[in-house]
Amino acid sequence: MKTGRGGAEIRKRAGARVGTDLKDLYQEVIIDHNRRPRNFRKMEDATRTADGFNPLCGDQISIYVKLSDNVIEDVAFHGVGCAISKASASLLTTALQGKSREEATALFKQVRAMLTDGPAGSVMPESMGKLAVLSGVWEFPMRIKCATLAWHTLMGALEATGERVTTEEET
Amino acid sequence: MIATASSVHSRKSRAVQDYTDGAGALDMHRVRQAFPIFKEKVYGKPLIYLDSAATSQKPLNVIDAMSRFFLMENANVHRGVHYLSERATEAYEGARSKVQRFLNAGDSHEIVFVRGTTEAINLVAQTYGRAHLRSGDEVLITAMEHHSNIVPWQMLCEQTGASLRVAPMDDAGCLILDEMEKRIGPRTKLVAVTHVSNALGTINPIRRIIDMAHAYNARVLVDGAQAAPHLNIDVRALDCDFYAISGHKMYGPTGIGVLYGKSELLNAMPPYQGGGDMIVSVSFEKSSYAVPPHKFEAGTPNMVGAVGLAAAIDFLSDVGGEALSEHESDVLTYGIRALSRMPMVRLIGAAPERVGVISFVLEDVHPHDIGTILDREGIAIRTGHHCAQPLMKHFGLPATARVSLACYNTREDIDALVEGLTKVQAVFQ
Ligand SMILES: Cc1ncc(COP(=O)(O)O)c(C=O)c1O
Repeated sequence: MKTGRGGAEIRKRAGARVGTDLKDLYQEVIIDHNRRPRNFRKMEDATRTADGFNPLCGDQISIYVKLSDNVIEDVAFHGVGCAISKASASLLTTALQGKSREEATALFKQVRAMLTDGPAGSVMPESMGKLAVLSGVWEFPMRIKCATLAWHTLMGALEATGERVTTEEET
Repeated sequence: MIATASSVHSRKSRAVQDYTDGAGALDMHRVRQAFPIFKEKVYGKPLIYLDSAATSQKPLNVIDAMSRFFLMENANVHRGVHYLSERATEAYEGARSKVQRFLNAGDSHEIVFVRGTTEAINLVAQTYGRAHLRSGDEVLITAMEHHSNIVPWQMLCEQTGASLRVAPMDDAGCLILDEMEKRIGPRTKLVAVTHVSNALGTINPIRRIIDMAHAYNARVLVDGAQAAPHLNIDVRALDCDFYAISGHKMYGPTGIGVLYGKSELLNAMPPYQGGGDMIVSVSFEKSSYAVPPHKFEAGTPNMVGAVGLAAAIDFLSDVGGEALSEHESDVLTYGIRALSRMPMVRLIGAAPERVGVISFVLEDVHPHDIGTILDREGIAIRTGHHCAQPLMKHFGLPATARVSLACYNTREDIDALVEGLTKVQAVFQ
């Protein structure tokens, strides 16, 4: 961030006053994955790709998968998006390396349930490893689509329908 | 507040509200008092509403006028001979006359009630456009249009074989008039241009554009959605052919808007939708249509919406004029200066002539995240592409954060915004 010395001073003034619920959303892991997204690259030799788009906020994401014998040998992403969608995509790529297609699908369903059903749902964040940091998104209904975009796009890539994935119904 | 019987009859000679202080400036306490919503708390914090370009908040006189209509005047218009129908018709047609004066149209028949700007533009595209455009003709729009002033023309071009051309904009967010003029010629049948950009606040030199178009006999539709709450509009001085506005952006309710059209154009246009109220007589062989504006108002209209819009015009005329534009431009200038001082803020657009809109981005923080964090501070801004994706593409951005002002905003709102942005930065530190 090109804020020079101002940044530190500003932090001193305001840093301690970030509301607790915002902290649920912008957890440190999310901020970190947003700033240094993992596997953030275009993959030349991907066997499956899909593009995801959230027309509401302009987020655009491409997921690249190298699938061999039903196993995800490599997965990467590229695009533009908010902190939530970028961090979610980054976490996705770290969680799915080496997983089977079935495992990926199961994880997709768990993440989706955690995000949309919240604490009342069947998925305990504690069982989700690093992906648990996404559970705070549930409190921010307007942001759930940001967090699910990468996952829907991944499913699009694995199913390889070749269609663009969007968070909105299109006709 | 429940209206008393006497207030029903006060429509003709209503009491003018004075919102100025002794020195001719707006009395902000009184202005804000007129908007009940500011009593609400957002996450326990006072509401700071900086999203009026999306929709403005509603003053009490609009809310009262609408509830009064339902409480005391409701009946269908133009249909009954009974007392209430007469009263409802009077209210509805009275609203039309008020809009006529607001736009300075020559005749109330030139005022067509529609759902909003979007419907007004679609109406012109599907009636005037379908009747007059042929393959080889051109429709000219600009790079800063709202999707509602792009898509209806694309649909029309698909239907007629006409082609859509686009006048470019510079990096300050101003139309390049020379380039625009080059794109107007004998093939140009329609020019559709926004009076004020919703994403940047730019005020376009609409009169000059209209002259350029009329030199080639092209008709001009002006999208006035963002102009109506801020500028004095005079459709006769502009000499525009069509002018579109939305009630909800100018302190009125949603679901009501206006298409102004010159009489001779409206008279020659085919109807828009078929139904009741738009006919003179119907038989199974043939129906004959009513004259404008009723020809374009099929079905039971949004009566209470029209009543609310009329009250909004009253509000604008009470609060409006010099005092309002001075106040809004003071807060705008203050806001631009405050945001420019923040090192991480990059302002988008720098039109010298603009209304109270500030678009910006932060280094390394996506607008969506800005919006969520400000929201928890009680500050409402718009983030996204503002229904102007081609404009966003011009600036190479997927989205911006947008602050938009109305009469109730103050310098303190800007101070709160600056503090909120400081918190945004702290989160992403
Ligand atoms: C410039 C402009 N034109 C058109 C519209 C469409 O108005 P409405 O949604 O009220 O039909 C808007 C607002 O959304 C706008 O800002």
